Amino acid sequence: MSDISAPALFPAAAPVHVRGYWASVWNRLRYDYVTLFCLAVIILIVLSAVFAPMLAPMDPDRSSMANRLRAIGDRGYILGTDEQGRDMLSRLLYGGRVSLAMGILPVMFATVIGGMFGVIAGFFGGKVNMLIMRTMDVFFAFPSVLLAVAISGSLGGGFTNQLITLTVVLVPPLCRVAETATSQIRSMDFVDAGRASGASSISIIVHHVLINVMSPVLVYASTLVSVSIILASGLSFLGLGVSPPTADWGLMLSTLRQSIYVQPLVSAIPGIAILITSIAFNLVSDGLRQAMDVKG
Amino acid sequence: MTDHLETAAEPTADPRDRGGPAQPMLIVDKIRKYFPIKAGLLNRTVAQVKAVDDISFYVLKGETLGVVGESGCGKSTLARLLMHLVEKDEGTMILDGDPVGEVRGVGLDALRRSMQMVFQDSYSSLNPRLPIEQSIAYGPKVQGATRRRAREQARDLLQRVGLKPQLFSQRYPHELSGGQKQRVNIARALALDPRLLILDEAVSALDKSVEAQVLNLLGDLKQQLNLTYIFISHDLHVVRYISDRVLVMYLGQVVEIGPVDAIYEDPKHPYTQALLECRLSMDPAERVETAPLSGDPPNPVNPPSGCRFHTRCPFAEDVCTATAPRLGNVLDFDSRQHLAACHMVHAGSGHSRAPRSVAAPSPGDVQ
Amino acid sequence: MNEMPRPIPSQAERYAGEGEAFVKVEDLKVRFVSRDATVRAVNGVSFELARGEVLCVIGESGSGKSVMMRSLLRLHPPKRTVIEGRMLVGGHDIGAVDERTMSSLRGSTISMIFQEPMTALDPLYTIGDQIAETVMRHEKLGRKAAWARALELLELVRVPSAERRLKAYPHELSGGLRQRAMIAVALSCRPGLLLADEPTTALDASVQIQVLVLLRKLQRDMGMSMIFVTHDLGVAAQVADKVAVMYAGRIIEHGAARDVLVHPQHPYTRAMLSSTIKDRHKAGPLGAIGGSPPDLRALPEGCSFAPRCPYAGPECLPAMPAPVVGADGHTARCVRTEVVDGVLEFRPGTALPA
Repeated sequence: MSDISAPALFPAAAPVHVRGYWASVWNRLRYDYVTLFCLAVIILIVLSAVFAPMLAPMDPDRSSMANRLRAIGDRGYILGTDEQGRDMLSRLLYGGRVSLAMGILPVMFATVIGGMFGVIAGFFGGKVNMLIMRTMDVFFAFPSVLLAVAISGSLGGGFTNQLITLTVVLVPPLCRVAETATSQIRSMDFVDAGRASGASSISIIVHHVLINVMSPVLVYASTLVSVSIILASGLSFLGLGVSPPTADWGLMLSTLRQSIYVQPLVSAIPGIAILITSIAFNLVSDGLRQAMDVKG
Repeated sequence: MTDHLETAAEPTADPRDRGGPAQPMLIVDKIRKYFPIKAGLLNRTVAQVKAVDDISFYVLKGETLGVVGESGCGKSTLARLLMHLVEKDEGTMILDGDPVGEVRGVGLDALRRSMQMVFQDSYSSLNPRLPIEQSIAYGPKVQGATRRRAREQARDLLQRVGLKPQLFSQRYPHELSGGQKQRVNIARALALDPRLLILDEAVSALDKSVEAQVLNLLGDLKQQLNLTYIFISHDLHVVRYISDRVLVMYLGQVVEIGPVDAIYEDPKHPYTQALLECRLSMDPAERVETAPLSGDPPNPVNPPSGCRFHTRCPFAEDVCTATAPRLGNVLDFDSRQHLAACHMVHAGSGHSRAPRSVAAPSPGDVQ
Repeated sequence: MNEMPRPIPSQAERYAGEGEAFVKVEDLKVRFVSRDATVRAVNGVSFELARGEVLCVIGESGSGKSVMMRSLLRLHPPKRTVIEGRMLVGGHDIGAVDERTMSSLRGSTISMIFQEPMTALDPLYTIGDQIAETVMRHEKLGRKAAWARALELLELVRVPSAERRLKAYPHELSGGLRQRAMIAVALSCRPGLLLADEPTTALDASVQIQVLVLLRKLQRDMGMSMIFVTHDLGVAAQVADKVAVMYAGRIIEHGAARDVLVHPQHPYTRAMLSSTIKDRHKAGPLGAIGGSPPDLRALPEGCSFAPRCPYAGPECLPAMPAPVVGADGHTARCVRTEVVDGVLEFRPGTALPA
C-alpha cells in the first residue's frame, strides 16, 4: 500500500526557460551562418562608407589626365583609375555613402509612410481602405523603374530629389504588405477582446496591431533595400541621380561604360559593388524572415 | 477581485446589483443581424445572410444559459452581437433593468465592465507578441487603471485561474498549452470584474481531461465571483453538464428553449431530438447504425421558407413549408417554461401530429 | 499476445485466428531533432493489425498518436526525424523501401484522410480531376475509365448528385461533402490500409455521425484495415475493433474496443473516461486529471503518467512498467494492473511484490 501523494514524489518541474520574441529570433539567427556572413559584409560596407575620408587613399574628385584608366594595382592605384584619372578605390568608398544612403533612407521613409497608410487601410477597411489602396494601385500600375524615371525626370536630379523619387516608388508595395498583415490581425479574436474591454481603435492599433504587423513589414522592407540601391544606381546611370562629380556607384558605372573595352575589370568594379551589396542585403532579409517566422 | 469573496456567499448582496434578484441579468428582445452579401461592380447587395433572426431570450442572475446549435446557426454572431462587437440591425437589450445603448440606459463602457466574453481557444485569441500578463492587464489599463495596478490585478487573476504568476506571467502564448491558454483567456475576461460572461465554444478545442479542468474552474469562478454565464457550444454533453437552461438554435432562430432536464429528457422539436441522437455512446455495443440527420445544415444565406428545419425534418408537412412556427412568449420570465418552435406542439397549427385541443397538456403549448 | 492461455474464446479467437498481420509495428521510436532540443514523440510502440480490422488510437494532443501514424506513410521531414524500429505494411518494410516504392505505396496500398480536407485537396482542380489523376497514376487506367471510376467513388461515398459534384472545386462543397470527397480520393485505389487522422473532429455532430457510419461501412465492404486516430472516446466506440490508448509516445493500454472503453484497467484511461462528460448533470466537479502531459523534450524516468497519477508510488519511478497481458489480449502498462483469472484488473490498493 502506498499512499504517497503524487506531488511529494515529483518535485515541481523547474520553470521552463522563457525567451522573449526578439531573443528567440536572435537565437535562430545565431546559427544561420550565411546570414551572419552577409550581415558582416554589410557592416563592413557601411563602416567603410562612414569612414571613407579616413580610408580613402586619395581625393575622390581629383582628376589626372596623365593617369587615366590605369589597370588594377598599377602605380599605387589599388583598384585602378577611371576615365578622368580619379582613384577608383577612393571613389568607390565615397560612392558607397551615396549608394547606401539611397538604399536605406528611402526604405525607412517609405516604411513609415507606407506602413502608416497600410495599417489605417487594413484596420478601418471599407471606404478608407478603398481610397488608400486604389490610390496605391495607380502607382502600382507602372513598373517601378519607369515610375522612378518619370518622377525623377519631372523633379530633376540631385540627392534630395532622388530620395523623394525612391520613397514615392517604395511606398505602394510597403503599404500593400502592411495592409494585408493588418487586415489579418484585425480579424483575430484578441482584437475583438480588446474592443470588448472598451479600447479605442488607436489604442488597439498601438498595442496590438503594430507589434504584429512590424515583423512582416520590416522583413519586406529589408528586401527593398537592395531594390532601392539598384534603382538609385539606375537613376544615376541615366543621369537622373546625383550630379557629377559626386561619386556614386551608378554614376561611376555609367561614365565608365565607354571604357569597358579598355579596362573591363576597372569598369566592372562599381557594378560588382552594387551586386555584392544588394545580394548581401537580400540574403540578410531572407535570413531575417526565416528567423522571425517563429511560431506564435 | 478579492473583495468579492466575502460577498459571494450571498448572491443578493452584490453591490453591483441594480435591479434586484428577480430582475433578469440580461433580456434580449427580437435581436436581429443580417449580413449583406455584396457583389458586382456597383457593390450591390445581392443576398443576405440571416445570421441572427429575431432572437429573444433572457438570462437570470446566477444562471447558466446554454446555447447549442451546429456551425452556421448564428451562435457566434449572437455572442458578438451581445458584446456589441457587431452592430445589431434591430432589437433591444436590457442589462439588469437598464436598456443598453439608449439615452437613459447603460452606456457601452458600463456594458463592457458588466459583460465580457471568453473566446474559443485558438491561435488567434491571444496576442502572440505580448506576454500573457500584459494581455490580461490591457483591459484594466484601457479602463483607466494605473500600469502598476493593472499588473497586480493580472497577477491576481493568473493565480485565480490556477497559473502561478511567477512562472507564467512573462510567458508568450506559444509557450502555453491549450488548457493554459484558455485559463489566460478566462483571466482576461475577468479582468474588468464582469457579472455576465459569454463563453463562446470556450472548451471545444481542448482535450477531454483539460476540458474537465477548465469546466471545474468555470464552476468555481462562478460561485466565487457571483457570475452569470451564457455558454455557447456545439457539444451537447458539456452543455448538459454546465447549463441550467438551454437554448437550441437552428439557422439564426431559436427552435427550442427550456430547462436543461426538460430539453434533454423530453425534447419537443425534431431538430433537438435529432441532435440528441447524434451524441455518441462510449460503449461499442451501442453503435449508431444510421445517422439521425442526413445532409449538412443548409446555408443561412437563403434559409428555407416556413419552418427552416423542414428540409431535414422527418415529420415535415405542407404547413411546415408554408408558415413558420412560432416559439411563443419567451420573455415570460418563468424559468420552468419549455417552448418549441414546431407546428407539432402547437394545437390547431394544421400539422397532423399537432395536439387536437387547445387544452393539450404540452409545456410547449403556449398559444 | 498469443502465448497466453485462452479461457475466453470469443475475443481470443479473433486475434489468434488471423494468420500474418497486415500491419506490424515493432518498437517504433520517432524523435524530432533540432538545434534546441530533441522531441521524443514516439517511444517504443508495437502493435499488429489484421486485414479488415480497425484500430483506434486514442490520445490527447502531444501523445504521439498522429506522429506514429504519419511515420507509416513516411511523411516526416527526413532531415530532422530519427525513426527506429520496424514497420511492415502488407509485406513492405516502410523503413527500408526506397523513395520510389514509397510514393507508389502512398495512395495505393496505404492511404490517408485528414481532419481538414482543404489541406488534402488541391484547390485548383475539380474533385473529379483529383480522383481521376490518382487512379490514372496508380492503376494505369485511361482518362475515360478513370473518370468513370471517379463517379463511381463519389456515389460510393454517398455524395448527392455525384455527376455534378465531379466538376466542382473543393471550396464549392460544404464541410461534410468535402470530407466525403477526400475519402473518395483516398479510397480511389482500393488501399489495403486507410489511415484516418481525426477525420471527423472538425465536423458538426450530425455530420460527424454520417461520416463515421459511412467510413465503417466502406471499411467493412472493402475489407480494408484502418488506423483511426482520435481524441474522442465516443468516436472510438463507433468505429473501433481494437483500441490503443497512447500517452507520451507509448501505448499504455491496448485491447478489444469494449474491454478498453468499458472496462479500462490503466489509471490514465480510467481518468480520461471519468473526465469525459457523457450525459451527466451538474453534480459536483468533474474528475479531471491534474497537471499536464509531460514535456516530450525531457521525459521523466519511469512511468510517464506517474506525475499525474493519484495511485503513483515509488515503484512507478525506476522504469516504464512492462505490459501486463490478459488472456484476451487486453494489455496495460501499469504496476498496479494484474491478471486475475485471465482477465486484467486494476488494483489500486494491493501491495506490490518486489
